[in-house]
Amino acid sequence: MRLTLKIWRQKDSHSKGKFFTYTLDGISPNCSFLEMLDILNEQLIRNNEEPVAFDHDCREGICGMCSLYINGRPHGPDDAITTCQLHMRKFKDGDTIIVEPWRAKPFPVVKDLIVDRSAFDKIIQEGGYISVLTGGAAEANQILVSKVNADLAMDAAACIGCGACVAACKNASAMLFVSAKVSHLTLLPQGRIEAKDRVKKMVAMMDKLGFGNCTNTYACEAECPKLISRSNIARMNREFIFAKVS
Amino acid sequence: MAELNAKIPSGPLTAKWTQYKDHQNLVNPTNKRKLDIIVVGTGLAGASAAASLGEMGFNVMIFCYQDSPRRAHSIAAQGGINAAKNYPNDGDSIYRLFYDTIKGGDYRSRESNVFRLAEVSNNIIDQCVAQGVPFAREYSGSLENRSFGGALVSRTFYARGQTGQQLLLGAYGALSRQIKLGTVKLFNRHEMQDLVVQDGKARGIIARDLVTGKLERYFGHAVVVATGGYGNVFYLSTNAMGSNVSACWQIFKRGAYFANPCFTQIHPTCIPVHGDYQSKLTLMSESLRNDGRIWVPKNKEDAEKHRKRLIKAKDIKEEDRDYYLERRYPAYGNLVPRDVASRAAKERCDAGYGVGDTGLAVFLDFEESIRRLGKHVIEERYGNLFQMYEKIVDENPYENPMMIYPAVHYTMGGIWVDYELMTTIPGLYVLGEANFSDHGANRLGASALMQGLADGYFVLPYTIQNYLAGEIRVPRMPTDLPEFAEAENNVRNRIRKLMEIKGTKSVDHFHKELGKIMWENVGMGRNEAGLKKAISLIRTLRADFWKDVRIPGSQDELNPELEKAGRVADFLELGELLALDALNRNESCGGHFREEYQTDEGECLRNDENYMYVAAWEYLKEGEFRMHKEALKYEEIEVKQRIYK
Repeated sequence: MRLTLKIWRQKDSHSKGKFFTYTLDGISPNCSFLEMLDILNEQLIRNNEEPVAFDHDCREGICGMCSLYINGRPHGPDDAITTCQLHMRKFKDGDTIIVEPWRAKPFPVVKDLIVDRSAFDKIIQEGGYISVLTGGAAEANQILVSKVNADLAMDAAACIGCGACVAACKNASAMLFVSAKVSHLTLLPQGRIEAKDRVKKMVAMMDKLGFGNCTNTYACEAECPKLISRSNIARMNREFIFAKVS
Repeated sequence: MAELNAKIPSGPLTAKWTQYKDHQNLVNPTNKRKLDIIVVGTGLAGASAAASLGEMGFNVMIFCYQDSPRRAHSIAAQGGINAAKNYPNDGDSIYRLFYDTIKGGDYRSRESNVFRLAEVSNNIIDQCVAQGVPFAREYSGSLENRSFGGALVSRTFYARGQTGQQLLLGAYGALSRQIKLGTVKLFNRHEMQDLVVQDGKARGIIARDLVTGKLERYFGHAVVVATGGYGNVFYLSTNAMGSNVSACWQIFKRGAYFANPCFTQIHPTCIPVHGDYQSKLTLMSESLRNDGRIWVPKNKEDAEKHRKRLIKAKDIKEEDRDYYLERRYPAYGNLVPRDVASRAAKERCDAGYGVGDTGLAVFLDFEESIRRLGKHVIEERYGNLFQMYEKIVDENPYENPMMIYPAVHYTMGGIWVDYELMTTIPGLYVLGEANFSDHGANRLGASALMQGLADGYFVLPYTIQNYLAGEIRVPRMPTDLPEFAEAENNVRNRIRKLMEIKGTKSVDHFHKELGKIMWENVGMGRNEAGLKKAISLIRTLRADFWKDVRIPGSQDELNPELEKAGRVADFLELGELLALDALNRNESCGGHFREEYQTDEGECLRNDENYMYVAAWEYLKEGEFRMHKEALKYEEIEVKQRIYK
């Protein structure tokens, strides 16, 4: 395959960025998107140019490190995958591909396609856990959890914290991310005890860090690589109102 | 050759850990606040250790190279975590889990450590449930189990095909809570560059801020390294792209010993290699072998036709299929341990029965299970794995059998630690995959998560106090001591040297070349001539690297090529030691298969008389190592040939 790539390049968070155009030839359709970028970088290094910086690690869709806004879609033109699982067979020979970083105020660009997502860690630090000390746990089967709730909790807990939901949202809202964690813990009896405090603190931090509000377009759900459901947002809203009034 | 002292407590095996805890030194709460502990790595072992130490009141600093601690590669573990709960009432016990782990490791692990691991396994499940880890459940609400390779009982707890993710998020939650409380300070996008040793004790690290390129000094009364395994020395592996040996290699150069580096695990069920641009191999969880049957065609002609894409798997009649694992190992069938399954696949492919475009693949077939259980059950159990397979291979595994082939996955070898998980440098501890102690020559499935969390939640938080109790009078040290300056200069010089080469070949070029040498000569089958060849090829490649590598950009900015170069430089040294260790071990055991030493049936031929020891290597200078031995003594277990028939 022959491809034209328009890639956002930005030296660091203080500098202004712009698109650079590169051409690549001889790309196999079985190549993954990141392997295609590896080939581009190999070519750039050979030509004594600086390679494109992008985040990636596990390359099997679970660590949440890879990002990339490809042709206007977070994680590119396929559903229920991360960028590292995107393969070039989803493109056509001769295509022009536009690659940008996540664009959201709480995710400042670090370099080229790399953004700083530590805002997500800060939200989790506010209460995205059950406060149990190591060693103080009861026998595991003393806490029974209905299979229905355990499955729903697992659906929500599958979130990989990649930030695609924020990147997809016109308001840069983090509601899907936050609600996934709130739902996961709220659905379990172990997590009920701190439920009110948790949702209030996490939402407050989300607002403080500059994430936008939810206006129910559900772009987040459509682009989520792990198919996290928007019903989690409804659950979080319910929990939030309950916590505020009671 | 000095004998190593593992400091194994005396007394009967089943009482050692209890007695140790009863008599060890402890640090009182006011003193804990005055003690700093550095933890490197935020995977299961590192995150759980840092969280637990923070809860106890120590002052902890934790480092990871990723943008968030939640990204560590423990997150990618799929299948499950073992514990001896015996919930299914199938006869499991702590002893049986201990026994299976020792046998699975082909009698090359330390008995006392493995028993302790089995002992605390149940606490891990309790802890994780309390944290809200959404394990699979029965309709009654109780926890569900499944079986894994190398065991006759169902003792594996799981959260769909994402158990590692859920356990890591549990530990990450506990860690996040401590960060909020201020007991743990997080340094993300930081990479350890060297260990600072002062007066013979570990006293700090030099880390590089990966965003600014700045070198920074950190003091700790103790240093804990939990940076995972070194499988990426093979370039292609199931590890994350950033997984590396560098922290371990730095402490090795500072005096810690590297034990059994040749014990590497090749996982039998991975998606086969498909092109030279490939950057990583994807694992298909071992849990699939619960319901999938592994086979190749009985006739070479059918295999040939499949390779040429003339026929599909479905066109091969039932009587023309060779379910070779069920045939060779009727007792364990498709659930033989990983090393056995991997070698059997290689044997069939080498004999000409391999399928797929390259002939380096075997089938993993769910047809029978789907017929027996229904598609929805298979989907519920393995849905995410099937989806992952389809996205990569572009073929529907519900309709066509998966094609799989072995790939480098886990490393049993690692930094030598004693019973307390302390290295030969006082105050320096190594946890999780980065140490060597629990899995011998082969790790059983669902035991890596168990070990990572055992070390971090339940072992180190105790044992480290035994050391720190003697450090309470040591005040925090300033980082302008000469030892810090020396270590920082050491790092600075190496980085400058790398940047000044300005050669013609990329870092990846050297990494791929190293991978080829390792896979061909130090992979699934090893022999004396191949290992000697590997050592000489690696030396040449290493010399070429230091003459001809090209690293663009500068050291004072975010520079992924420089990060990779540092890691590959260390792999180029480790590769040699790995081959040397394999050459020294004139026997076959677990994942280490020396072709000269096999039974008539092609099984491992151990040599207990001469090699029932841990080979712990000391660094002398580049390419020069000295071996120390720790004899393995089995008091509780009768050492036998490992048979899964």
